[in-house]
Amino acid sequence: MKFLTFILFCFLSAQSFAAETVYTILLQNHRFNPANTTVPAGKKVKLLVINKDASIDEFHSDDLGVEKIISGNSKAIINIGPLKAGRYSFMGEFNAKTAQGVIIAK
Amino acid sequence: MFGTAVIVFREVLEAALIIGIVAAATRDVPNNHRWISAGVILGLLGSMIVAGFTDKISELASGMGQELFNALILITAVFMLAWHNIWMASHGKELAANARNVGKAIKDGVKECSILLTVVGFAVLREGSETVLFLYGIATSDQVKVFSMLLGGAIGVVAGVAVGYTLYKGLLRIPMRWFFSATSILVLLLAAGMASQAAGYLIQADLIPSLASPLWDTSEALPEKSVLGMLLHSLVGYDARPAGMQLVFYVVTLVIISIGMKLTNNQPKKNKLQVAA
Repeated sequence: MKFLTFILFCFLSAQSFAAETVYTILLQNHRFNPANTTVPAGKKVKLLVINKDASIDEFHSDDLGVEKIISGNSKAIINIGPLKAGRYSFMGEFNAKTAQGVIIAK
Repeated sequence: MFGTAVIVFREVLEAALIIGIVAAATRDVPNNHRWISAGVILGLLGSMIVAGFTDKISELASGMGQELFNALILITAVFMLAWHNIWMASHGKELAANARNVGKAIKDGVKECSILLTVVGFAVLREGSETVLFLYGIATSDQVKVFSMLLGGAIGVVAGVAVGYTLYKGLLRIPMRWFFSATSILVLLLAAGMASQAAGYLIQADLIPSLASPLWDTSEALPEKSVLGMLLHSLVGYDARPAGMQLVFYVVTLVIISIGMKLTNNQPKKNKLQVAA
């Protein structure tokens, strides 16, 4: 019985996973655009970060607990959430002075 | 230049602390310095290769290649450190007393050395590939301050190595009575911290759930970017905002390795020299 419940849970999780919206963030001239992105709280979220610069950078967020290297002229998917409501900052670590952004979970 | 130095310092520090602990923990393993040096060199070569293949790696596994690659390397290192601790629990005292190498002991000795090489190599590979990409990006950029940034990178490397070396020397001065316990605990915490980091990557790859993220937030009290935070992160796996699943991996690793060590220690021993404590 417990096993069946587990299987059902996996199935339901997979279903909600398939319905995720993707939020696109551009990295251009070492700046994130949009700098602020609002996402729903309590849900898994996918970010599509497109590095339009020729140089490599690292999407780094201590608040979100993620880090991922994104080569020049490349893109990457970053999975975050479920997040509690609040503000989560992130940066392009190799260009931290200008590459700053915030994920706002509501 | 300072910003670059800090970034490089953080990466190098993490590898240097691991190497320092492993070097101290294996002080009585014959030729451990050679194996460790080989590990560092192979790790550096490997990190350049990985840096070169970053794009290809990232594209694997539906774009989660980076996360999986990092997680696999960390998990492999966890198993190696676990084996080391469990093996040391039964053989450490013999090594210290220069016992004769008999059959299995020799085979174990070779295994232990290849473990040394792998753990060290992987640590350098992980931190090195990021640093290589960062420095390469600077060197090939059109920024005016290239030289000062590269100088900052060099400073970061030197500073990181210096801290690791200091830790190594400091550990060697621990009285023999407590030495094996102290290094075993450090290796145990290293393994648990790596398991927690691996969990972080698996969560990022959406392969396991986060189970409450963050579980706690001590970033005001002790930021990970502070010097103490950095040290604790590398040594005991401190995370200011860990996911619940990361804590699970941490504790499970601690428990399993500890049990393994206790079990080997309690085995009745054959053909071993009696060592005066």
